[in-house]
Amino acid sequence: MEHRSHIYGVVAEFPTEHELIQAVEKTREAGYRRIEAYTPFPVEGLYEALALKRNNVPLITLIGGLTGGLGGFFFQLWVSAIAYPVNIGGRPLNSWPAFIPVTFELTVLGAALSAVFGMLALNGLPRPHHPLFNVNRFVRHATSDRFFLCIEARDPKFNLSESARFLKGLNAVHVDEVEDD
Amino acid sequence: MSTRPPYNSADVQPPVSPVIEPGYTYASVTDKISGIVLTRPTSLGWVAGFALTFTLVMVLTVSVAWLLAKGVGIWGINVPVGWGFAIVNFVWWIGIGHAGTLISAILFLLNQQWRTSINRFAEAMTLFAVANAGLFPLLHTGRPWMAYYMFPYPSTMYLWPQFRSPLIWDVFAVSTYGTVSLLFWFVGLIPDLATLRDRAVKKPIQIVYGMLAMGWRGSARHWHRYQSAYLLLAGLATPLVLSVHTVVSFDFAIAIVPGWHTTIFPPYFVAGAIYSGFAMVLTIAIPLRKAYDLEDFITMRHLENMAKVMLATGLIVAYGYFYEYFMSIYSGQKFDLYLTKMRFHGPYSHFYYALILCNILTPQLLWIRRVRTNVLALFVMSLIINIGMWLERFVIVVISLTRDFMPSAWGRYSATFWDYATFAGTLGFFTMLLFLFVRVLPAISIAEMRELVAETSEDQK
Repeated sequence: MEHRSHIYGVVAEFPTEHELIQAVEKTREAGYRRIEAYTPFPVEGLYEALALKRNNVPLITLIGGLTGGLGGFFFQLWVSAIAYPVNIGGRPLNSWPAFIPVTFELTVLGAALSAVFGMLALNGLPRPHHPLFNVNRFVRHATSDRFFLCIEARDPKFNLSESARFLKGLNAVHVDEVEDD
Repeated sequence: MSTRPPYNSADVQPPVSPVIEPGYTYASVTDKISGIVLTRPTSLGWVAGFALTFTLVMVLTVSVAWLLAKGVGIWGINVPVGWGFAIVNFVWWIGIGHAGTLISAILFLLNQQWRTSINRFAEAMTLFAVANAGLFPLLHTGRPWMAYYMFPYPSTMYLWPQFRSPLIWDVFAVSTYGTVSLLFWFVGLIPDLATLRDRAVKKPIQIVYGMLAMGWRGSARHWHRYQSAYLLLAGLATPLVLSVHTVVSFDFAIAIVPGWHTTIFPPYFVAGAIYSGFAMVLTIAIPLRKAYDLEDFITMRHLENMAKVMLATGLIVAYGYFYEYFMSIYSGQKFDLYLTKMRFHGPYSHFYYALILCNILTPQLLWIRRVRTNVLALFVMSLIINIGMWLERFVIVVISLTRDFMPSAWGRYSATFWDYATFAGTLGFFTMLLFLFVRVLPAISIAEMRELVAETSEDQK
C-alpha cells in the first residue's frame, strides 16, 4: 500500500450541493470511511449521506443549563438564608419565588455558554491552520461558492493515485492532493 | 354544497416581493456582501457620518467625565424624581435591543425566511443598544467604579447582594442578555469571518479575520454541531428576550408607586420593546440598503413585514395604555385615579398627548398598504415610533414619581443640559458603532444568504 506521511488526503471540488451529496454517497458505497465534506453553508441531506450520528452539543447545553440553574438557585438560597440572613419583619429566609428570575437568567447563561464553547471545543476550534488551507482552490472557493469532498490519508482504503482517480470519476471539476505539514 | 378542490400548495400565490431578488448565485451574493467590506472604497458619506457621530461620542466622554467629577447632581434628578433621564434612557435602549433578538431567534425558530438578510445588523444593533443601556444604570449609581458590589463575590465585608430585589434581578438579566446576544452574534459571524479571511488580499487583514474565524473551514461535521448550537441558542434567546424586559418592568411593577404597581407591565413592556426595536431596525435598514445598494437583499417584503410587526405590537401597546386607564377607573383607587388625571391634565400632559399621537394614532396609517410600501413614509414612521417609545418611558417614570401618595412628596422634574448631552452622546455612540460595523463586518449574513439562494432556486424548480 502506498502511504506517504506528508499527504493529508485528496480533495475534490463540486459545483453544486447535489453533486456533492451524490459523490459522498458513492464514496461511502466504495468503502471509504475517513471522508469529510466542506460546504459554504449547511447543506440539507449531507449529514445523512455522511452517516453522521447525533452530536453532543445538546447534551453539553443541558448540563450547562442545569448547572447554571441549580447552582444559581442554591447559591441564592445559601446567601439569603445562611451566609447573610436579613430578617425583614419575620418573613421567611427561603423566599424561593424571589430567586426565580436570577435562577432563570443563570440557567440561560450556563446553557448558552456551554452551547457555544462546547460546539467550538468539539469542533477543535480555534485551529488557525489546517492542511486543506494548502490547497489554493479550497481557500478560494470553500467558504464562498464550491463544495468539497476530502478522502483523508488515514482511511485504510486510501491510495493516493487510486483515490484521486476515483474522485475524478465522480465528475469532480477538480481534484487536488492535500499536503500535510 | 359545492365540493372544494383538494388543497394544492401550487395554487397558493407566492408573495408579491421576494425575500431575495432572483438571479443571484452563491458566488455573486458572496462577492456583493463581502465586497462592501473588502473592496468598496470608503465613501465620503461614511467618513462624514463617522466624524459626526464620533463628535457626539466626544460629547458623551465629556458628559461622563463631568459626571464623575461632580456627581449625579449635574443631572436634573432630585427628590422626589430620583430616576429621570438615566432610567428613561436605560429602558428605551434596552427595549430597542429586543427586536434584534426577536428577529434572530424567534423568527429563526418560526422558520421565517425573511429574517435572513436583516438578522445580522439587527443583532449588531441589539449589542450596541445593550451597551448604551448598561451605561445608564451604571452612571446612575453615582459611583460606577463600585458597580461590582452588585455582583455576588466573596468580599472581606461578608456582604452579599439582596437577591430579593428587582434591581439585582436586573443586573443578572441585562448582563446575561448582553452575553448571550454577543455569543449569538459571534457564532453567526464565524462562517462569514472565514469567507472574509479567504477573500482578503492583504496579509494583515487576512490575519485579523483569520484569528476571528478561528480556522473555520466549513467542514460538514463542524456545520452539524454548529447548527445544533445555533438552534439551541435561538431556543435559549427566545425566553431570555421575553424575560429581560419583564425583569426591567419589575423594576417598576414591584414598587408600590401609583401607575407602576400593575400586572400588565411585563407583557406591555415586552410588546413595547419589540415595537421600538422594529422601529429602530427600520431606521437603520432604510438608509443602509440605500447607501450600499442592498435593495435586492433587503426587499420591500422585509420592510413591509417589519411594518406589520410594528402595527401588531403597537396595538398591544395601545391595549396596555387603555388597560392602565381602565384599571385606574375600575379599581376606584384614588391614587391611581389621580395619577390618570395627572396624565391627562397634569403638568406633563403634553408628553402624554404626544405619546398617544406618536405611538397609537400615527402608526394606524400602517393599515394602509401604500404607506407600508412607501420607504420614506416608513422611515418617518419609524422615527416617530422611536420618539413615542421614549416618551412612554418618560411618562411612566416622571409622572408617577412627581405625584406620589402625599402632596408633601410632590415635585417637578426637568432635565439639565448634561442630561441631554449624555443622551445625545449615547445616540452618537450607537450610530458610530453601527458605522464601524458596516465597514469592517458583513452587515448581512453571507452563509445564510447562500442558503437562501439554494432554497429559492429549489422553489423555482
